[in-house]
Amino acid sequence: MLNEALRADVRYWIQDAGCWMFDATYFIIFYHLQILKFSNFQIVISMQDYVNSGSKDTRSGFGEGLLELGKQNPRVVALCADLTGSLKMDAFAKTFPERFIQVGIAEANMMGIAAGLTIGGKIPFTGTFANFSTGRVYDQIRQSIAYSNKNVKICASHAGITLGEDGATHQNLEDLGMMRMLPNMTVICPCDFNQTRAATIAVAKYEGPVYLRFGRPKWPNFTPPGQEFIIGKAVVMNEANDISIFATGHMVWNALQACKILEEQGIGAEVINIHTIKPLDETTVLKSILKTGCAVTAEEHMQNGGLGDAISQVLVRNFPAPLELVAIADQFGESGKPEELLKKFGLDIPDIVNAALKSINRKKGSGH
Amino acid sequence: MYTIKDLEKIASQVRRDILRMVHGVASGHVGGPLGSADFLVALYFDTMQPDPSIFSMDGTGEDIFFLSNGHLSAAWYSVLARYGYFDVKELTTFRKMGSRLQGHPAVKEGLPGIRMSSGSLGQGLSVAIGAALAKKLNADEHLVWCLMGDGELEEGQNWEALMFAAARKVDNLIAVVDYNGQQIDGPVNDIMPLGDLTAKFEAFGWKVLTLYGNDMAEVIGTLKKAQWFTFQEQPVIIVMTTHMGYGVDFMMDNHEWHGIPPSDEQLARALGQLEETLGDY
Repeated sequence: MLNEALRADVRYWIQDAGCWMFDATYFIIFYHLQILKFSNFQIVISMQDYVNSGSKDTRSGFGEGLLELGKQNPRVVALCADLTGSLKMDAFAKTFPERFIQVGIAEANMMGIAAGLTIGGKIPFTGTFANFSTGRVYDQIRQSIAYSNKNVKICASHAGITLGEDGATHQNLEDLGMMRMLPNMTVICPCDFNQTRAATIAVAKYEGPVYLRFGRPKWPNFTPPGQEFIIGKAVVMNEANDISIFATGHMVWNALQACKILEEQGIGAEVINIHTIKPLDETTVLKSILKTGCAVTAEEHMQNGGLGDAISQVLVRNFPAPLELVAIADQFGESGKPEELLKKFGLDIPDIVNAALKSINRKKGSGH
Repeated sequence: MYTIKDLEKIASQVRRDILRMVHGVASGHVGGPLGSADFLVALYFDTMQPDPSIFSMDGTGEDIFFLSNGHLSAAWYSVLARYGYFDVKELTTFRKMGSRLQGHPAVKEGLPGIRMSSGSLGQGLSVAIGAALAKKLNADEHLVWCLMGDGELEEGQNWEALMFAAARKVDNLIAVVDYNGQQIDGPVNDIMPLGDLTAKFEAFGWKVLTLYGNDMAEVIGTLKKAQWFTFQEQPVIIVMTTHMGYGVDFMMDNHEWHGIPPSDEQLARALGQLEETLGDY
């Protein structure tokens, strides 16, 4: 396999020889990124292996992180709109009843109360489904939280299509776009239980409005439990030279599986976990794309407004390169099992593989 | 300590400020601000008496105020300036580019005295409740005040907030409804009748007081009375009847003066009815 990968790489160098001058120009332009083009000579060794230590829901990572925060920081308060169990906030509510505020099914009021709590130095964490954390209360978030720059952490569970059987009324696929568009708003979408726990703890230390997105289903848990979560710093999960796969949330695991399949075909896929959609780690994105020359994005979100859109902007402005979006194409979801829906709506592992092959073909065609 | 007479003089100056600010930029609201001027003057100069020199976003250790109906910004800015939060000369910048005195109150520009952006209606009471809860958690025995419009009560979020505050016994909060009976499209009773507000608030579990808000002595007295009812396991709300456009006869009780600026001639006529007491800015 090593030899095959090496051969594939050499083949690419030969094909790409004609555009080394082109690359060199960009090297000068992007000298500030301190990219060593020598990295092109890196040999693709078998990808870093990520092992599922036992599937867990990311919302439970949030619940654990919140409980931990409750112990660490007396300024942390939590609010919930009648979904305490679903959001896994019950441990916090039980341990710190005086700092837990049940608002009932009144999300608009919850957002306003959270904004008010910051006046007095509290760090409020609101909890409800992604749908009721965003579209339902967009103007409350816009005026009282984002424009007023209040230190509210909007924690949204059951995001994306993997919410499953409840169907399209509850499957919010627009939230990343809505939240990205708000000035002052930081947008975070961690990939597994461990990272969601770490992200929950990290956002409390950051001063400013945050949208923290996670999901419902049990999902592989594969990142190290003690890993520090640095807001705005993408995590390179696998280094390679042929294509960049930028993934967020649950799709990071699928991207890693796609990476394995591509590796078997002699294609080296660099997998980057974009856990912070905004501010986007443009340096890491460009560093990767300058090496690979083509990309795929993967997200449980509409094509419009999400990670794919964000990456597109960075590429178009800096280094136009073929990009394929693995995302939902301008349609509402429907009821079903998460895995069935991922397949039906084009977010499955083979969809990422195919998108990668397409992107690589476009790169070859464009003479990059 | 200000006498009723002193406060009335300040209110007259605030009304002049409102008219001159809106006229100066040919944009803004005069009706609501003129009607609420007595209340805002009473609240700052007599009831709350906050210390502008220690203004902080957290407002720890002092009574704090939220303006939910943000289009009353001209009145609030004038009262803040006259009370000492910033130089009255800054009132000339109202609604102009680069100003800290945005069309509707904002925190981005850092104007002292303001802790929350408002303008999109129906959100202020929830925010005030949150701030009141923070005070309770901080064992800070000061009050939170919130002024809301009557038309604004058509926004459903208010009723979520009303339900919540009573259920959670947010008793360090006094809400005031500026009941001038007018909204943009016409009288509130034509657009969306509010019915018996006192009965509604009582049914929601609030302690309700009523007040005629364009009589300084009555305003002072009722705000004091409202304070007596705090910390009794019940939020307090004052239904404050006012005249939109109060102080200027041709603007009084006319919804058409909700959001239009006076002409030069109208300004002169209006100022002729309001004594200059502290000196125009």
